[in-house]
Amino acid sequence: MLDSPLKLHPSVALRPEPFGALAYHYDNRRLIFLKHPTIVDVVKDLEQHPDLQSTLSAHGIDEQQWDNYDKAICSLIESDVVVAR
Amino acid sequence: MTALTERMKDGLDAPICITWELTYSCNLSCVHCLSSSGRRDPKELTTEEAFRVVDELRNMQVFYVNIGGGEPMIRRDFFDIVEYATSSGVGVKFSTNGTYIDAATAQRLAAMDYLDIQISLDGADAATNDAIRGEGSYDTAMTAMRHLKDAGFGEFKISVVITRHNIAQLDEFKAIADEFGAQLRITRLRPSGRAVDTWEELHPTLDQQRILHQWLLGHGENVLTGDSFFHLNALGESLPGLNLCGAGRVVCLIDPIGDVYACPFVIHDEFLAGNVRDDGGFAAVWRTSDCFSELRGPQSAGACASCGSWDACQGGCMAAKFFTGLPLDGPDPECVGGDGEYALASAGAVPRPSGDHSKPVAVQLGRRSNV
Ligand code: SF4
Ligand code: SF4
Repeated sequence: MLDSPLKLHPSVALRPEPFGALAYHYDNRRLIFLKHPTIVDVVKDLEQHPDLQSTLSAHGIDEQQWDNYDKAICSLIESDVVVAR
Repeated sequence: MTALTERMKDGLDAPICITWELTYSCNLSCVHCLSSSGRRDPKELTTEEAFRVVDELRNMQVFYVNIGGGEPMIRRDFFDIVEYATSSGVGVKFSTNGTYIDAATAQRLAAMDYLDIQISLDGADAATNDAIRGEGSYDTAMTAMRHLKDAGFGEFKISVVITRHNIAQLDEFKAIADEFGAQLRITRLRPSGRAVDTWEELHPTLDQQRILHQWLLGHGENVLTGDSFFHLNALGESLPGLNLCGAGRVVCLIDPIGDVYACPFVIHDEFLAGNVRDDGGFAAVWRTSDCFSELRGPQSAGACASCGSWDACQGGCMAAKFFTGLPLDGPDPECVGGDGEYALASAGAVPRPSGDHSKPVAVQLGRRSNV
């Protein structure tokens, strides 16, 4: 996914919470937990960058951690919170 | 216990699961009604006040609200409130006994967005259901479901409170749901409202709880439970969902007169956090009330501390303990280790719910049993 252009699904709303954020998908009425503040920032910002890896580097995330972020974003794609653009 | 569950114990900035009971008025008098509904309360929120509650929920980013009662469709402004909510981005799931869903209403409902319906059914046949919900209520619910199906509403929900008498019908409930293209929802009977007096004879036995646990595991996420059976996790394998009493942390109730309680099953002064009519409205109650702060503080495991299942079960349901006179920091009355039954034997006086809106029992004229 690292080189894919992505964005937050337009029907998803994010609500900030102490642990990160709560995402609600208005189309399938599912709640999804984003369990870290940084992943929330990344998800919100995906659309401003050409792809996932450039979003990660723009947020100063160490390259060694990209794999973890890639996994987290993949699971968000599975739950339709993040989509290709 | 995941880190996330730990964080939830501290409470969220806004509730996830909020129940809003629009009225205490109801045409039925179910023997297990959690809100002792029947008569309308004269202090009921007005339409304008209800709209202000919706505004607050929208501002707090509450994504959806569970509307109930009483019978919420009895309110003349029911559709106004629901439409105001859904057009504000606050989705609605409402619970109804189905009385007011005729063919035309079903079509109106089917045309609405962000709306989900839950029909209550407590028996897979008329005899079992009507013993709890009253004469004719089974046919009423089935008729409403047929109208929803015919109107093409899509996947509505059928909500069953599990009792000693309907637990053998789990497969039949599932078949009814499948027949209507509906989703089955099974929830736990708590000794709240009028069930304070009926819980003892209605709640499932220990053996039945084991059967239920197996059945739920077998059906996974296809059958909804509102995460209400997490005390069964002490039997071994954990059910999907949140394993925690969310009262005042992620769950709360706004009752018909605007009172905010920690959970729909604890309508009692002890768990009353404030009123939406107070300064600061609902948000202030949720964020700053003493009652909720206390529930979010560290809770002791009490008599459960030495139990190997504490992590899986967390001592169960606060409401169930409270209304059976058990200490809140001890086992659930339906503790699958049998500790609850043991505790019940020496339980203190049973608290009564705060408001009783039950209809007066009809006096039968011309019949006297004591002559
Ligand atoms: S008191 Fe019982 S019903 Fe209410 S949130 Fe806690 S576990 Fe659920
Ligand atoms: S003793 Fe407490 S923690 Fe252990 S199973 Fe019973 S209710 Fe759950």
